[in-house]
Amino acid sequence: MITYTFLQHYWWFLVSLLGGLLVFLLFVQGGNSLIFALGRDEAERSLLINSTGRKWEFTFTTLVTFGGAFFASFPLFYSTSFGGAYWVWVLILLSFVLQAVAYEYQSKPGNVLGRTTYRRFLVANGFVGPFLLGVAVATFFTGSAFIVDKGAMGDSLVPVISRWANGWHGLDALAEPWNWVLGLAVFFLARVLGSLYFLNNIDDAGLQPRLRRQVLRDGVPFVVLFVGFVGRVLLGDGYAVDADGHIVLTPYKYALNLVQMPAVGATFLVGVALVLHGLLRTLWKPGFRRGIWSAGFGTVLAVTALLLAAGYNGTAYYPSTVSPGSSLTIANSSSSYFTLRTMAWVSLLIPVVVAYIAYAWYAIDRQSLTRKELEKGEHKY
Amino acid sequence: MLLNLIEPALIDWSRAQFALTACYHWLFVPLTLGLAVVMAIMETLYVIRRDPFWKRAARFWMKLFGINFAVGVATGLILEFEFGTNWSNYSWFVGDIFGAPLAIEGIVAFFMEATFIAVMYFGWNKVSRGFHLAATWLTGVGATLSAWWILVANSWMQHPVGMQFNPDTVRNEMMDFFAVAFSPVAVVKFCHTVLSGWLTGAVFVAGVSCWYLLRRREQPLAFASLRIATVVGLVAALGVMATGDTSGVQVARHQPMKLAAMEGLERGGRRAPFSLVPGVEVPGALSLLATHDVDGYVPGIRDLLDGYVHPDGTVVLSADEKIRRGRVALDAFRTFRADTTAPAAKAEARQRLMDHMPYFGYGYLSSPERLVPPVGLTYWAFRVMVGGGMFLLVVLAALLFFERRGTLGRRRWLLHAGLWSIPVVYAAGQAGWIVAEVGRQPWAIQDLLPVEAAVSRLDPAAVQTTFFIFLVLFTVLLVAELRILCRAVRKGPED
Repeated sequence: MITYTFLQHYWWFLVSLLGGLLVFLLFVQGGNSLIFALGRDEAERSLLINSTGRKWEFTFTTLVTFGGAFFASFPLFYSTSFGGAYWVWVLILLSFVLQAVAYEYQSKPGNVLGRTTYRRFLVANGFVGPFLLGVAVATFFTGSAFIVDKGAMGDSLVPVISRWANGWHGLDALAEPWNWVLGLAVFFLARVLGSLYFLNNIDDAGLQPRLRRQVLRDGVPFVVLFVGFVGRVLLGDGYAVDADGHIVLTPYKYALNLVQMPAVGATFLVGVALVLHGLLRTLWKPGFRRGIWSAGFGTVLAVTALLLAAGYNGTAYYPSTVSPGSSLTIANSSSSYFTLRTMAWVSLLIPVVVAYIAYAWYAIDRQSLTRKELEKGEHKY
Repeated sequence: MLLNLIEPALIDWSRAQFALTACYHWLFVPLTLGLAVVMAIMETLYVIRRDPFWKRAARFWMKLFGINFAVGVATGLILEFEFGTNWSNYSWFVGDIFGAPLAIEGIVAFFMEATFIAVMYFGWNKVSRGFHLAATWLTGVGATLSAWWILVANSWMQHPVGMQFNPDTVRNEMMDFFAVAFSPVAVVKFCHTVLSGWLTGAVFVAGVSCWYLLRRREQPLAFASLRIATVVGLVAALGVMATGDTSGVQVARHQPMKLAAMEGLERGGRRAPFSLVPGVEVPGALSLLATHDVDGYVPGIRDLLDGYVHPDGTVVLSADEKIRRGRVALDAFRTFRADTTAPAAKAEARQRLMDHMPYFGYGYLSSPERLVPPVGLTYWAFRVMVGGGMFLLVVLAALLFFERRGTLGRRRWLLHAGLWSIPVVYAAGQAGWIVAEVGRQPWAIQDLLPVEAAVSRLDPAAVQTTFFIFLVLFTVLLVAELRILCRAVRKGPED
């Protein structure tokens, strides 16, 4: 029997999975943040750009689909967070816009701004995109200052359902240190994944040793920050729906979620283990180039599990610090039963989409990218 | 700073920002849609005939496609998220219906586009000819499917169907997915818009080819491209005309105020005249276009504000009465939502609300005059769209005719006209969207939600700031694209 509750959980799972895939695909941004740090000459920088340049559309499309899926399944989040935390989202979007054009334009004659500027756009997106996305996700655990009042639609002068409780409109998230911690953790994770991806995708003797060193340089701060944030989440309080339907602060809520939902807890642990495996094996085994598969898959699992812990088991996934009753749960923010069910039918196409992406990816990446291919390649950025 | 009411400046800047993004987006998307068809036809000819000439031609147009594609993607991202950032009330009030097409667009269309465009550019030496050809077609199919879903969403805003208001959740909820996805308005809008994209691509290819012929360069490529472009363009232009005609009837039926604004028609009636330009009218032509009957009744702006009785006996309420009923609906809604209301009174309020629900959106309007969209802009935009379309039809037909006769190279005036068709097709496309979107003001969703009740509660200065950031950014990107395109055209295809 497909119940409303089942559909809300199903769609939260899909949104969480898309979130996990998005963080994994941020290897494009992480890699781009290293263009100038790793690429010592034009040939190397060109290799790096062409390597992520063949994948950027997947990251971009996943971001768009993540937004679309959130809109369709949990529209109250879409309206509350995007309309409220305005500046955070606008800055994220701006950085992705700059990235979208930078690949195609950076090497083209007549590009107005010059090659270096476009490459700086890629680097800027590599810094800003993962960091701010991490900050935005951190607010799922630390809370935001908003008020939701659906009855306000009856006010003919100010018919506003969701309103931000301060004038900072999202920049206030930067006043919370733990948001910085996750933002930086995601940033360093993206860089680790970027280096691991380059190791796998580029066959170049000059870059390989530097990429391994870079994995270590970014891996250490990532692990420290990630452990710190997870520690805070597991040991801190969380917003939960009590027996009366009120949203209250509950000690160890997220830790309890992982224990009370063993499958989610196990997924999280397996994900973390796979990320560490990909990272450590790359560092210890000189010829190992497939760390991206393990770390990437682990990232998807760990992030998906974290988001599931944020939304399942009677938890408010988007808590309000100023009006706990306004906090968003998967029950009070979702679309109707009819829409979720209709969308569930459409979601059955996802395996087909994944299959053709995998095949196309396999066909393009059968051989690693080399300087030789770029010299004689029929299309390059 | 918290606001005590929705300031007009906030609405204006939010609208301006959305319009800016949409206008820029529509500079790039139609070329993507149209070039996809032209280059896919060329690659098909290459695969069938095994003639490297067609591969060279296809790759040349693909190169221009790639330069244009990136900015379309970038502006599209902003457009999607602006529904949340700038129209947050809207996002909840109708998100149950509106979000679904956007999600389907992502799952079904964007991934197809993103995946196969990579194969199209990087797969020439890595996949088989057949797979590559499929990838090229699927890139275009992905772009077209994407257009389908976003136009479904837009059509629903023009003519909301398949939903019901739920006062408990304070939103409209979808009741019939197929009514939304395949509403006649959506079908016609999709065909009209996508065909106008084909027309844009075809005119672009024809215009660039004319430039080569004027310079006496790349003549085989130019003639071959012209043959394909003019045929695609003529098919598209005729399709745009046919769907435009149907669209006119739909607008007359569902958005009569938009039609009246398109014509600057103050007082309507039977045998309504069509205004070619101010002061020059064709008697009965508007009735014919709007109702397919020369005696058909078309209301004017004043008729719609004052109310009228249609010749078939239907009574159309005045704007004052609609606003009054809208306020009754809002009042009933407040009573229904109040914690202090007794259950019986709640049930009565709910019934009163549902009885007046067709006028709910009118309750937010400050005066009847709010119902009149900017008439001058809508009127002239309509003429630019139709006039531009006619011009393009004639130029494409002439190009094809003289190309077939083998005398095109000598008719330099026509080659110049072909080249100048490029700005005309863009002007017509932009004008079309101005008619569609400016003409439906003040409604974010026709008759259901005016823009003042749809907007996010932000500081107007914040939206003003992002407006100018986007304006500068998009303009720089447009200038860069135009320069890169011009350089690429000047350089010509690579051997």
